[in-house]
Amino acid sequence: MRRRIVPYFLLGPGTIWLVIFFVVPLYYMGKLSLESGVVGELQFDWNWSNYSEALSAYDTQFVRSFVYAGVATLIALLVAYPLAYTIAFKAGRWRNVLLFAVVAPFFTTYLIRTIAWETILSDESPVTEILHAIGLAPSGHILATGPAVIAGLTYNFLPFMILPLYASLERIDVRLIEAAKDLYGSATQSFLRVTLPLSAPGIVAGTLLTFIPAAGDYVNAQFLGGAGNRMIGNVIQSLYLSQADYPSAAALSFVLMALIMIAVVVYIRFAGSEALMGEEAR
Amino acid sequence: MSTERRGTRAWRWLREHAVNIAGGLVVVYLLIPIAVILLFSFNDPQGRYNYTWVGFTLSHWEHAFSRPELNEALVTSLQLAALATVVSTVIGTMMALALVRHQFRGRRLANFLIVIPMATPEVVMGAALLSFFLILGTPSLGFQTLLIAHVMFCISFVVVVVRSRLIGFDRSLEEAARDLGASPLGTFRLVTLPLIMPGVFGGAMLAFALSIDDFVISNFNSGTTVTFPLYIFGAAQRGIPVEVNVIAMMLFSLTLAAMGFATWQQRRAEKMASVRPEQEATPPVPAGAAAAT
Repeated sequence: MRRRIVPYFLLGPGTIWLVIFFVVPLYYMGKLSLESGVVGELQFDWNWSNYSEALSAYDTQFVRSFVYAGVATLIALLVAYPLAYTIAFKAGRWRNVLLFAVVAPFFTTYLIRTIAWETILSDESPVTEILHAIGLAPSGHILATGPAVIAGLTYNFLPFMILPLYASLERIDVRLIEAAKDLYGSATQSFLRVTLPLSAPGIVAGTLLTFIPAAGDYVNAQFLGGAGNRMIGNVIQSLYLSQADYPSAAALSFVLMALIMIAVVVYIRFAGSEALMGEEAR
Repeated sequence: MSTERRGTRAWRWLREHAVNIAGGLVVVYLLIPIAVILLFSFNDPQGRYNYTWVGFTLSHWEHAFSRPELNEALVTSLQLAALATVVSTVIGTMMALALVRHQFRGRRLANFLIVIPMATPEVVMGAALLSFFLILGTPSLGFQTLLIAHVMFCISFVVVVVRSRLIGFDRSLEEAARDLGASPLGTFRLVTLPLIMPGVFGGAMLAFALSIDDFVISNFNSGTTVTFPLYIFGAAQRGIPVEVNVIAMMLFSLTLAAMGFATWQQRRAEKMASVRPEQEATPPVPAGAAAAT
């Protein structure tokens, strides 16, 4: 009898905390999203028009958020793979140093990192001059453009891509890759047929961990984007904190969460389910 | 002829090391902003804005704590992170123990409850909590609501880190302690806790880093309380003082040191766990072979 109580006792405080301060708030936000009236006199009346109005007013920001986050995730995957591969297979005793370098950006405040990119991409910086000279920034400006926001998102969430990729690559039995080469597979073939499929769980986990925060982000668009690059996070933030239009903001938050959930479910169906839940879902 | 051969040799070297070179470039890319932050902590800007390089000075390092508002924000952040870390680490470790050690009904639900906050965008979590606090009316927004929010988003990460450590745990050591007459609590304190300590410490470090760095959720639930990231956000419009870069670099070095300490502690725990009779009896294994197993 006593033993059966133990796990619930251990789980209790955390479960209560997460239910009261995560699940219940979502319920309240749902309620808020269906209210009408002005602040102070909000009334709950199943006002579904909050959703349709918010969606039609901010559909461009929604599409933009998903496009920016998608492009940033793709670039992050392409950038992260070589480094994760190097750390897993070639680094030897440098492995820990490289892993330190990967998490090092996390040790500086997110906002300061983003502001550092504002400096790096500003009009006077050598980076901008070089890109201008080779024709990649024809107008001479990078800041306040879509690519600047995407660059910031890519950078800020890159470690979330590298670490799961590294974890799955490191788990690969090197003998499988050697076997592929022994059986006259070329380097490209053995990579495409053995290494890449075996690293799929890392790719799935990494893309999710990058895409989800990127789609909801508003810091990068705030500092690196211009008026034409606002993402849905910026809209939610300003509706909540400056304009006090809580019902619309709550509706938008719900749509954002739902869209991300749908994207995640579709993606996991498509890519295999074991990656997100780890060992236990199997 | 010889230049041509040298050319092909260089080409071959480049091809063999292409992955490493690409990896190296990514490391440089990851570290560039940190270098920029460090460089601009020595800048001597003329106006309010610290965006262009003017000249070298040490004065901002000498007077790092000369801005009362910034100091206050930093102290708030440190207090908040310390409290959030303690609470979330205790709660999270308990949850991890339950999930790894026990079979019980509702296990999948508990797992789901832990994963879902990590899969929710921060802006949604912040907005939901704000809705909750607005409708309740109490407590008024401030340090308390920040603490509630920070513990909430730290718990899941602590659970994940501690659980990964517990999965590889050798339970025969605990059984030995019990056989030798230790009480359940004594076994936990003398055997279990020291062995899972690196995992707990790792979870605590992650919680501290997440809390002290959090901007989005704090932005929604801070009221008039100002944390370090919120100070930076507020200062961004009117020009960020150079002292922010100095303090950011100080925090950076401190975290780096803590991380080094954690790695050292983990090695020590691994050594402690490996002192077992059957291993002492076998001849020492060559390092290369040990690494391969």
